Amino acid sequence: MHELLIEAGRSERRYWRDLWRYRELLYILAWRDISVRYKQTVMGVAWALIQPLAQMIVMVIVFGKVAKLPSEGGAPYALMVFAAMLPWQFFATSLSSASSSLVANANLVAKVYFPRMVIPIAAVVTSFVDFLVAFLILAALMLWYGHPPTWRLATLPLFVALAFLAAIGPGLLITALNVKYRDFRYVVPFLVQFGLYVSPVGFSSTVIHDAFGETAYLLYAANPMVGVIDGFRWAILGGDIGLHTGVVAISILLSVGLLALGIWYFRRVERTFADVI
Amino acid sequence: MSDVAIRVEGLGKRYHIRHETGPRYRSLREDLTASVRKLLRHGGAGPTEDKVIGNEEDFWALREVSFEVNQGEVLGIIGRNGAGKSTLLKILSRITEPTEGRVRIRGRAASLLEVGTGFHPELTGRENIYLNGVILGMTRAHVRRRFDEIVEFADVKRFLDTPVKHFSSGMYVRLAFAVAAHLDPEILVVDEVLAVGDAEFQRKCLGKMHDVGKSGRTVLFVSHNMAAVKSLTTRSLVLDGGRVSFVGPTGPAIEFYLHEALRLGADTRAERFGRGLHTSICSVRLLDGAGGTAHIYKPGEHLRLEVTFETDGQSGLSMEALMLDASRSNLALASLYQFHGQTLPTVAGTYVCILDFAPVWLAAGQYSFDVTTSEINANWDHYVQTAVEFTVPFSNPEDRAWNFMQSYGYGALALLCREPTVMTPVADVRSNRENKQLDP
Repeated sequence: MHELLIEAGRSERRYWRDLWRYRELLYILAWRDISVRYKQTVMGVAWALIQPLAQMIVMVIVFGKVAKLPSEGGAPYALMVFAAMLPWQFFATSLSSASSSLVANANLVAKVYFPRMVIPIAAVVTSFVDFLVAFLILAALMLWYGHPPTWRLATLPLFVALAFLAAIGPGLLITALNVKYRDFRYVVPFLVQFGLYVSPVGFSSTVIHDAFGETAYLLYAANPMVGVIDGFRWAILGGDIGLHTGVVAISILLSVGLLALGIWYFRRVERTFADVI
Repeated sequence: MSDVAIRVEGLGKRYHIRHETGPRYRSLREDLTASVRKLLRHGGAGPTEDKVIGNEEDFWALREVSFEVNQGEVLGIIGRNGAGKSTLLKILSRITEPTEGRVRIRGRAASLLEVGTGFHPELTGRENIYLNGVILGMTRAHVRRRFDEIVEFADVKRFLDTPVKHFSSGMYVRLAFAVAAHLDPEILVVDEVLAVGDAEFQRKCLGKMHDVGKSGRTVLFVSHNMAAVKSLTTRSLVLDGGRVSFVGPTGPAIEFYLHEALRLGADTRAERFGRGLHTSICSVRLLDGAGGTAHIYKPGEHLRLEVTFETDGQSGLSMEALMLDASRSNLALASLYQFHGQTLPTVAGTYVCILDFAPVWLAAGQYSFDVTTSEINANWDHYVQTAVEFTVPFSNPEDRAWNFMQSYGYGALALLCREPTVMTPVADVRSNRENKQLDP
């Protein structure tokens, strides 16, 4: 017979099994957010397309045309920007929607038990659906520019997984901080805005490498999105683009580290969510 | 031992409360400035008292709570607001962790602390059934299996594909309860869910709860609705100030609870007794069965008022009692002379009398009596407004589960039919009538 023991600090031991048991909740929360969004916005799916497209156009004009930065491996500048825009947009929406997710679902947290981690993860999954939709634009752009993918595209799922990894860690961290400190929500948009320009989205990371040298480039990779973006470009654009394995390794290590930190902090604060929220 | 479904041992929950009226969450700015200040102070004047949390205080919402619930038992939990009922349920539902003690639960448990948790207004009825079901802990496969039953119970078939924001509040609540009612757990924890919805719906829910209890499932039922607690549970637990103050059969538990509640609320009544021209009413009290002072009245029992009065022996005096409801509308009149032809004694002195009224099926709510002496057919002599107040805690004639409350606005008196009401097919009546017409 199913037996349950509730006492202080006890929830630790069952946590991961519970998280697995509640995978249907994860699925249905993500589905709810997606279907609600596509029902509410008049433009529906179009919204997931317009946002990255508009940003790409601005970046192409500012960095490509005005600043005349070089593209990577001879790929069209727009394509190069968009290949980076995909993971970045995913990362950014993951962070911002995860950060507000628990507060937005406060009624659930106060009334039903489930591993709280389900909520921010569902928010990340929701962003992932937008990410998939935006892939359609990439396909269209590649057709438009007559830039066919190479065998490297087959490695893309690995970098998608890395993007996921990179998004969930900080997502959990920010979610937990946002419950504890409600004014943290002012910090998130800033981080996202700032990150867009700090990460090599509008320009190639080789620009950094060429201007500041190898060491600076490796330091630059302390932003885990650098490895993700480089990987995306390498896999999508093909051609003679190189992939710096050191940078990718740093990105993986940092993402795993941030994930561990995120889980640790989230778990630590989680117990008090229902009392605080 | 083996048939204990829930065992609670020494359970306690402590909260930190802040005395400011500020928000419960912290602000990053506050914490940062506090730690910077601490750092600066540390660098300068050495160890100083850290009084940042000086305005916080520990508060035990629950303390040393222990009880057991047997397999298949329906246990009621009653207590005033703030007695710790919600905290207990939250711990049992694993929403929050206890500070001390432990709970052992044998069997799949589900809790229902709210009807319609997670309902989304933009989604259709069909979508919300799945969403809410999964949130409450069902699998989608389970919801799919019970889907038709849920829809039928909720009676919303035609609106299944309409966003619930267009639902009437009645439909909304029905749908929400229908999902919850088909959870099928072995142990069900229910909180005040029945406080929502109209009387009709409450009756339906109570009926369903009854079935759940009868099907051998263990139920923990928290409610302010004493009629529901009484009808659904056999044993109850009374919480007071975070501690268990009574565990036992539901009847005595409710009695204990009401007694405590009224003892605490009774001392606020002001005395306004003066005197009339010939008489003076000294005191009025409602009597319980043993002749003690009562503040509650259980419909179906004799309603007895004890009036102590003085008279100067004047003839032609009567006594009246006017019963009023919570809104101070007149409900009923008692008159010694007009109804019974009796007058007050014509020998001066102090008297005590008991007005022993036949049972009245009052609705649950607040009532009061104005008691007065009068010169028959002339005027009141000593009129005492709100001479006595009393509460009808619940009203469920014939022990039906529905609590008939004054606040529903259906009136204050239950009109009871002789049972059973015989239903005769109309055709027969007509033929009877025809027969009768033919008879003479």
